Order: sequence, then structure tokens, then C-alpha cells
Amino acid sequence: MDWSLLLPLILNGLIVGALYGVVAMSFVLIYKASQVVNFAQGEFLLVGAWVCWWLLSEFHLPFWAGFLMTLAFMTLFGIILQVVVLRPLIGEPVISVIMATIGLGIFFQALMKWIFGVFAKPFPPIFPTDRVLILGLQIQTAYLLSLGISVLIMFGFAWFFTASKHGLAMRATAFDQQVAQSLGISVPRVFAMSWAISALVSAVAGVVVGIVNGVSSALSFYGIKVFPAVILGGLDSVVGAVLGGLIVGVLENLAQYVDAEWLHWGNMYTVAPFYALILILLIKPYGLFGTRAIERV
Amino acid sequence: MALSPPAGEYHANYREDMTIFPSRNSRRALWVGILVLACTPLVCGRYELGLLINIGIMGIAALGLNILVGFTGQISIGHAAFFGFGAFMSAWLHDATHLPVAICIPLAGLGTALVGLVFGTPAARLKGLYLAIATLAAQFILEDFFARAQWFTGGTSGRITEPFALFGWIADREEKFFYVVLAYVILMFVAASNLLRTRDGRALVAVRDHYLSAEVMGINLAYYRTLSFGIASFYAGIAGALYAHYLLFVSVEAFNILFSIQFLGMVIIGGLGSVSGSLMGAAFMVLLPEVVQSAAAALAGGAIDRALRLGASISFLREMAIGAAIILFLIFEPDGLARRWRLIKAYWKLYPYSH
Repeated sequence: MDWSLLLPLILNGLIVGALYGVVAMSFVLIYKASQVVNFAQGEFLLVGAWVCWWLLSEFHLPFWAGFLMTLAFMTLFGIILQVVVLRPLIGEPVISVIMATIGLGIFFQALMKWIFGVFAKPFPPIFPTDRVLILGLQIQTAYLLSLGISVLIMFGFAWFFTASKHGLAMRATAFDQQVAQSLGISVPRVFAMSWAISALVSAVAGVVVGIVNGVSSALSFYGIKVFPAVILGGLDSVVGAVLGGLIVGVLENLAQYVDAEWLHWGNMYTVAPFYALILILLIKPYGLFGTRAIERV
Repeated sequence: MALSPPAGEYHANYREDMTIFPSRNSRRALWVGILVLACTPLVCGRYELGLLINIGIMGIAALGLNILVGFTGQISIGHAAFFGFGAFMSAWLHDATHLPVAICIPLAGLGTALVGLVFGTPAARLKGLYLAIATLAAQFILEDFFARAQWFTGGTSGRITEPFALFGWIADREEKFFYVVLAYVILMFVAASNLLRTRDGRALVAVRDHYLSAEVMGINLAYYRTLSFGIASFYAGIAGALYAHYLLFVSVEAFNILFSIQFLGMVIIGGLGSVSGSLMGAAFMVLLPEVVQSAAAALAGGAIDRALRLGASISFLREMAIGAAIILFLIFEPDGLARRWRLIKAYWKLYPYSH
């Protein structure tokens, strides 16, 4: 065991995992509120990051202005998607809804490639210093920012769901749509809101990853990495999503380490979470914190 | 004959209801259709034949997926991986054992069915979206396996395959291979139609419609879910093997998730739970990129082309068309082309007095 190699890997895993956690949270938000499994979650990151990149590099806006405009755009984007595509499918079988989000996913991925090209493009520099020294480790400033933002979003979610009126309405809808409706909650509005918030939060994650790695269609892979995280945490648990994200982030880095040291199979970084996914589905399909009401046969 | 039989279908007993051809004319129509198809190599060029071959191969795979998705109500996002496994398995079997290709193709189907059963074990216990996620994992695990197993797939350089041969007759050109695919299409589609008339086929539909009632009626859910996964993989394997021996080269990158989504698109567009719809959906999916391409070619050089860079981004346009087609069909025609076709038939059946 080489700790000097392992420690940065685990740290890196936690930082990336926190981002997975954020994306997983926004995935769970949609699932909880409207029972839609969103296979286009990664495309939210992609669209958000590209829009922000475009505002910053084409119009030379200051970062905060471009970022805020991106968030406003993504809110609208989420609402429009829900109203135009998902609302007509309410009541359709789960396969149709899954297929619709898959269709949305490949549509927007191709659209982004068409508009912005296939090559990764870096954000204009945002921070005065590139790296900072913490505990003897060189850490990218953007990673620190990402960790800060992730934690901020997580607390924001916690506040939203426990204290705010809309958050409570959303939880009520998730619990029982009919009862929520009879209590005067507008269920269609809750659905639209959940998509808006989900798109917005994912876009934040997308911008952060874009700052670190550059913006490219690889971003949409976050939407697929989300599945091991949410299955691990439980499909309808926000806390589980965060934990699942962290675990997956650490797991893929450890798998890469184990692979590089002993196995030499290659590509474990990408595939290990999926092996874990199959295992979890076989052993504990409701995850760590999920509701156990899943029908098993 | 004094009285002509009444128009429409009036089933008086179960035997009539379960027959494969509802009327004599539908049987005749099938024979005429096969005859016409058998003559196409005499009139069509190689390009058109290539398209037809592709439609046939994709149709077989889509039919397999339809048995899983449309009849059993399970969803799989890893169909392309199984398709690819069939392709590599047939090529590898032929190289390793020197069995004739004609035998390797069904063997590849069986081998793929076995792999499908392994990944289908979660299918026995999971349903709906959980299975979707499990098959998503299967897609990535198999893709990774393809990239790694050099002995099996040829690794990054791909694998060269031999053309289909039977008793010295070598199907190395479109005109000949067309008949191989045609034979397989007929075989697989008749098999599927017949499957749905048996107890097993009806059990699958019962599992989809109401799994609890099905279980109460003595249907073993785990068995039938896994079985349908195995059948779907078998179809995918056969189609993949045909694909390998048609292209004479298989490469690892071809069987990605986008390909899987295309199969799902074929099933949705053709019509969930429709045997003939699978072929229609496959035809739609194969022809859609061609239409996009020719539309882009028609606009080439114009102002629109320059402004939107159509020529350089044709592959993205195709992907967008696929995504848009899936969404539009789901919203506006959820029962797919098969329903459209039924409506057209019904219109002509009662033609002058359709109201």
C-alpha cells in the first residue's frame, strides 16, 4: 500500500463523488416528485455547461453574470421539457416515459455536438490562482469550489425539503399525489418545479466540471454514472443519493488503483461502478436508504 | 358461392382466434409478399439490396427486443451489446473450430442466449426501471469485455469474418446474402408468431398485463421473465451473427449504447407488442438516416447549408432525428406504425362505406 498515492486518489474520489452526489440528488428529485426515471440527466449538465461557456467566451461576460444567466436559462429549459415532452406522457407505461427521456438525451447530446463541435473547450480562466496547497496536497482551486458548491447545494436541498413551502408541497406530492391534490397543491406545477430545480442543480455541476476538465460531450456520462450512485443509495432517497455519489466516486478511484497495482485489466475506472450496480441489484435492490416497497418477485 | 363470407373477422371459437392467419387472403398476401421480395435482387441495385439486408437484420434483432419489451413488459437498454456478442461469437467460432458459417450462426444465437440468461438473472427478480438500469450496466460491462478480450473480438483492430457458405454456395455479395437474410427473417418471424400462440407466449403477455394475476394463475414469473430475456438475446445473437457475416468485418466500437437505443426506437416506432411492427420499425430506423442524408444533400451548397454546417455534422443530424422520432412517436402515436397500418387496412376493408 502506497499511502502517498492512495490519499490523493481518495480525496479526488470524494470531490468527484460529491459532484456525482449533486447530480444524483437532482435525479432523485425528479424521480421522487414525478416518478420519472430521467435518462437525460447528463444532458442537463451538458446543456448548462455549454450555455455558460458560450456566454462567457462569446460575450465576455463576467463569470457571475454568465453563471446566473445560465441558471435562469436552465430553469426555463427544465420547465419547457416537462411541459412539452413529459406532461403528455403522464399515465403512460414506465417504458414509454423511460424511452422519452432516452430520446431527449440523444437529441440534446447530438444538438450540442452540432452547435459546439466534438472537441473539449476550456473555460476562460476564472480564478487568480490555479492550485492551492492544503495539508501538503496540491488541489485545484476549481475542485475546492466544486466541493464548496456541492456542500452548499446539499444544505440547500435539506433546507428546501424540510422548511420551505414548495419543498413540503413536493414531498407531499411524492408521498401521495391524490391527497396532495386535495390539499390544494397544484401537482402539475410541482412536476414542472422539480424538473426546473433538477435542471438548474445539474447545470451547476456541469459548469463546475466544465471549469475543471473543459466542456465536451463527455459531461453527459455523469448522467450514466448517476445510476450506480442512486441504486446504491436507494432510488428515492436524497441522503442516499449523496452517500451513493461519494461511494461511487471513491470506488472508481480505488478500482483504478487496484487495477493499476495488481490486475492490469484497464478501464476499471469506468466499469467498476457498473459491476457494483449489478451486485447491489442482486443483493439489495432498494439500496441503503430506499423505500422497501419495491415489488420483488 | 351464393353468399360471400362476411367482411371482417368473426371468431366463433378459440381455434379460430388462435390461428396464425386470420383469413385466407392474409395467407395469400404473405406468399405474394415473399415472392415479390425473392425477386428484388433481379431488379434492385446493390445499394437498395444493402438497405433491405440491413432492415432484415435489424428487424430480427428488433423482434427479439419486442418479445422482451412489447410482450413481456421488460425493458432492456443493452440489446446492442448482445447483438455484438452474437457477431463476435459467430466469427470466433468459425475461426476457432472451422465449423461452416451456416452452423456458426445458430450456435452464436444459442451462445448469446446463454449470456443473456446470465444477465437476465436480475431480470427474474427485477422489473421495469430496475431492469432498465441493470441492462444499462450489462451494456457497459459487455462493451468493456469486447474492448479487452483480444482473443474473442480482435481488440481495437476488429475481427475479419468469412462470408456465409452452404454446400459450396458462397453468399459473398448482396444479391446472394439477401436470400440468406430473407430466409432467416421468415424463419424468425414465423417462429415468433407461433411462439405467441403457445402457452409460453401467452404466459409472457400475461406477465406483462398483470403480473400478480399471472402468478395467481400458476405462471412462474421468474421463469418467464428470464425466458423472455433469453429469447430476446437469442434473436439478438442471430441478427448479430448475420450482421458479422454480411459486413465481413466486426469492430468493437459499433455496439455502443446509441445502437441499443436505436433498437428500442425500432420497437417503439414499430409498435410495442407487434410482430410485424418490429420489421416496420426496423425499416423506419434504417431509412431515417438515409432520408436525413438525402435531405442534407439536397440542401448542400445553399445558404442553409453554409449557415448550419449540415454537411460536416450529418452524423449529429442523424442522431437528432432518431431522438426526435422516438419522442414524437411516443407523444403522437404511442402504438407505433403497426397501429397506423391497421387503420389503413381497416379503411380499405370497408372502403366505400367506411362510416
